[in-house]
Amino acid sequence: MTAELTTALATEGFCLSFDGRPVLRDISLTLRRNTVTALIGPSGSGKSTLLRGFNRMNDHLAGVGISGRITFGGREIYDPSTDLAQLRTKIGMVFQRPNPFPKSIFDNVAYGPWVHGVRQRRQLASIVERSLRRAALWEEVRDRLGQSALELSGGQQQRLCIARSLAVDPEVLLMDEPCSALDPAATQKIEDLIEELKREVTVVIATHNLQQAARISEQTAFLLAGELIEFGPTSEVFTAPRDPRTNEYITGRFG
Amino acid sequence: MLRHEWRRDGTGAEAVAKSLVIALAGVAAAAALALLGLVVVKGIGAISWTFLSGMPVNRGIEGGIFPSIFGTFYLLVLTALVCLPVGIMAGVYLTEYARPGRLLSLVNGAILNLAGVPSIVYGLFGLAFFVLFLRLGSSLLAAALTLACMTLPVVVTATRESLLAVPQSYREAAWALGATRWQTIRSVVLPAARSGIITGAVLGLSRAAGETAPILATGVAFVLPRLPSGPTDRFMALPYTIYIFATQIPDMPKERMWGAALVLLAMVTSANLLATFLRSKTQRRQA
Repeated sequence: MTAELTTALATEGFCLSFDGRPVLRDISLTLRRNTVTALIGPSGSGKSTLLRGFNRMNDHLAGVGISGRITFGGREIYDPSTDLAQLRTKIGMVFQRPNPFPKSIFDNVAYGPWVHGVRQRRQLASIVERSLRRAALWEEVRDRLGQSALELSGGQQQRLCIARSLAVDPEVLLMDEPCSALDPAATQKIEDLIEELKREVTVVIATHNLQQAARISEQTAFLLAGELIEFGPTSEVFTAPRDPRTNEYITGRFG
Repeated sequence: MLRHEWRRDGTGAEAVAKSLVIALAGVAAAAALALLGLVVVKGIGAISWTFLSGMPVNRGIEGGIFPSIFGTFYLLVLTALVCLPVGIMAGVYLTEYARPGRLLSLVNGAILNLAGVPSIVYGLFGLAFFVLFLRLGSSLLAAALTLACMTLPVVVTATRESLLAVPQSYREAAWALGATRWQTIRSVVLPAARSGIITGAVLGLSRAAGETAPILATGVAFVLPRLPSGPTDRFMALPYTIYIFATQIPDMPKERMWGAALVLLAMVTSANLLATFLRSKTQRRQA
């Protein structure tokens, strides 16, 4: 296969600044299709910002400056001709804290397709069921789809948010520390889910939890103070890091 | 020993503070109840079918106050039709679209200050601008536009504050699904802010319902032979009728004045209750 077909996302010399203060410097990495990539690094290292660069969520903040390229399927996503709504249906996002809408379980999952013009109740219902099944939540909520999503537990809410993202059939799922607000049992479920999902989607996950990165990812990128220190197969990054700073971080000497 | 002493002291202060708070809350509640009770006791005798549904006879000493009830209602509907869409959209623009900066804080400050402008000043503005400059004449329309100007800052401020209280994470979730800014506002942000906006709008409108000064120079009349047939007609309104009954007609039975006040109070209170009901309904759906 050509590189074009196996590459989901690629950045080339990507830099980002807030009010002139650099937050990301010269990030170049290539994410392969249907893999899980972990972004690790201490707080403030820029991993969330990089994640939010992939679906242009940083656009909503004031004072953001950008240079370099991010391509998705070979197309530059910061090109003025990019259709943001379309980009974001292809690149979904799950946030650090579960953030279901104050609506019913059904309406939460149906929101994305509804926004993109699906109005037929039967069609929405089948999308909702399929997405909840993919997020391993269907069995737990099938009898109470009309209930408010806010009545679910934290772990269920996060899987609901994953189902909500899946409902628009993304090719990439960005996950910003999706388990940091969850207990170990709920975390386990999300990790199993990610393992399952990577057959169909490319997952990029920012995480503070190094064991989690080691467990679920094929590639790991280590960021420090806005710089990409190391990027490679997870097994190599964790067992034989090339950079001494990576070694210090994964052995817990700072962070 | 010492600890025991200290604890008793603490409990003493606690008890004093608690009874003080209860007493003061009692004073506030008593004042409201006294006002309500006075109006009800003095006015209930005047309430009859004729009083509520009849036209005034002999300068209002006999007959009913229906035209005033009708006029106040008509006036409020027109006011709401103007100030709710404009106020809510202005609040949405200022919160969701406008770039933060000096201009935005200037505009927000100006709106806050507008809320403090005395109502008679709005009356004069309405006379100069709507009645004379725009040649609307003394009319329901001119009075409603004047009241809308007065209520606008309340609606804008209530909308802004309710929108600011909507967690940013809701917006981000919708954006991340590919929703546009407006789709996000319409289907996620406004529904989440609904209860606060409704409360603010009703409070603003019920204040407008009781205002005399802004309508005095812009269209209200003491007695008219007919109900207004359209927005360009003059009209009668409860607050002004109460004022006239109380001060301008010496042989007016005081009971009728209190009766009119009771009707106005009932209208405003039922609007507030309706808002509370709507709010609890939307909150239950969200909970």
